[in-house]
Amino acid sequence: MRKLYMELIRMRFLTMLAYRVNYYSGIIIYAINIGAYYFLWGAIYGGQQQLGGLSVEQMTSYVAIAWMSRAFYFNNIDMEIAQDVREGKVAIEMIRPYNYLSVKTAQAFGEGIFRFLFFAGPGIFLISLIIPFSFPATAQGWGLYLMSLMFAFFINTQVNLLTGLFTFFLFRNDGMMRAKRVIVDLMSGLVLPISFFPGWAQTIMGFLPFQAINYYPSLIFTGAIPAGRAWELIGFQVIWMFVILVPILILWRVARNRLVVQGG
Amino acid sequence: MRNLKHIFHIFADYLGQYFKTRLAYRADFLGDLASNLISELINLVFIIVVFQHVPLMGEWTRDEIIFIYGFFLVPYALFSIFFGFWDFNERYIIRGEMDRILTRPVHNLAQVCLESIAPDRIFGVISGLIIMAYAAIQLDLVFYWYDPIIFIVLSISGALIYGGVYTAISAISFFSDSRTGITPMIYNIQQYGRYPVDVYNKVIRFVLTYVLPFAFVGVYPAAYFLRKETWYIYAAMTPVMAVIFFGIGLLVWNIGVSKYRGAGS
Repeated sequence: MRKLYMELIRMRFLTMLAYRVNYYSGIIIYAINIGAYYFLWGAIYGGQQQLGGLSVEQMTSYVAIAWMSRAFYFNNIDMEIAQDVREGKVAIEMIRPYNYLSVKTAQAFGEGIFRFLFFAGPGIFLISLIIPFSFPATAQGWGLYLMSLMFAFFINTQVNLLTGLFTFFLFRNDGMMRAKRVIVDLMSGLVLPISFFPGWAQTIMGFLPFQAINYYPSLIFTGAIPAGRAWELIGFQVIWMFVILVPILILWRVARNRLVVQGG
Repeated sequence: MRNLKHIFHIFADYLGQYFKTRLAYRADFLGDLASNLISELINLVFIIVVFQHVPLMGEWTRDEIIFIYGFFLVPYALFSIFFGFWDFNERYIIRGEMDRILTRPVHNLAQVCLESIAPDRIFGVISGLIIMAYAAIQLDLVFYWYDPIIFIVLSISGALIYGGVYTAISAISFFSDSRTGITPMIYNIQQYGRYPVDVYNKVIRFVLTYVLPFAFVGVYPAAYFLRKETWYIYAAMTPVMAVIFFGIGLLVWNIGVSKYRGAGS
């Protein structure tokens, strides 16, 4: 069984490698996004030294790191599930001797590794040449970041599985997936560090899993928090991972019993 | 001319079909409207939160930037009604649907647009107008009798600029006949017209003005209504850019179609 999932990860990695235009356009997207936010924040800071507890240098490296982490955890498996459901492929997937959701997660993981090695790695290197940028100083710092990033991947993938599963009940949920993407980008701290939000909003967001997707790993990377606090954040991520697993398993069970194939 | 009338006639037919298919999935239809509203409002959050910390972005106030965002939503909504073929590469090239399109009598781009039409996006126009109205009241903007006409012209121009760029980029699929994944790129870049281009550096400003002229979909035309005289020339150039870029889009598309050999089954 483990061999099967390893193979799935490898295959998705190779598929990503095969679509070269995708690869180049991906690099351009990330470069443009980081570049644009860099200037946008420059304009926002104007002459000010500190905003929301961050200096302009800290802010630009935060933005760069947040986007690079996104390269790893981002995937479109909700859309893939929706497509499988619409086309009726999911019926075939269900009778196969593996777990459909784990297969999707494995494929997303292959994609994540690809993006991490080929976008994020070179991307961070290039950016560090242009923007003053501080890497985690110790091996422990790197280890904590990578571990946190791994959990970020699982939580984001679970959120995607959840939105994907809604296709079973709504038949079409493109709108929901689009809204989810915007919500995750905003509430995970990708476009705005959580510390910028007003206090009441921070309190509400503390009860939601989205911060665990981007804000936690980015905080750990910047080294702005002590190692003890980093472990605490990783602990929260683990808790969220198990919490979101519950609705997924319930929805999956119900979905299998009421699957309506709409063609294919 | 007869040809165009024909397209409009078919357009009406497709519209009818569209609502039938959409209302078959009623929950999704309502969910879609709600989701679109949420994504539009969430983009405002960035502006609002940032301006709690600073009084100005570049030389622009919060309400001016909200106005630009509201304006941007209108041409963007018009664009997404007619150019909804986000999955063009996947659906028409990889799966070979394009072969079917080419047997139809209507112009192939019009046919593709018609098949992916999404009239419910018109609600984007409404939210845009509401956001603009709010900002206009805050800013005490003055309007003249001819402003609505200018507004319509600039909005349609903006939609055509997006349409042209998007058509040209979709046409890349004709040449490469493999998965391209170019769409997310445009999806990501398009939003930069929403912020005043003078906050970016010269290179990005140049790109957003002359290469991927998305600034003409947001800041430049909105600057006219905000009475920013320095940008009047750019605002006036919007329709010209629309004709040029939609023309380029159409040209690339037609060349692409003539090169197309079919890849699907």
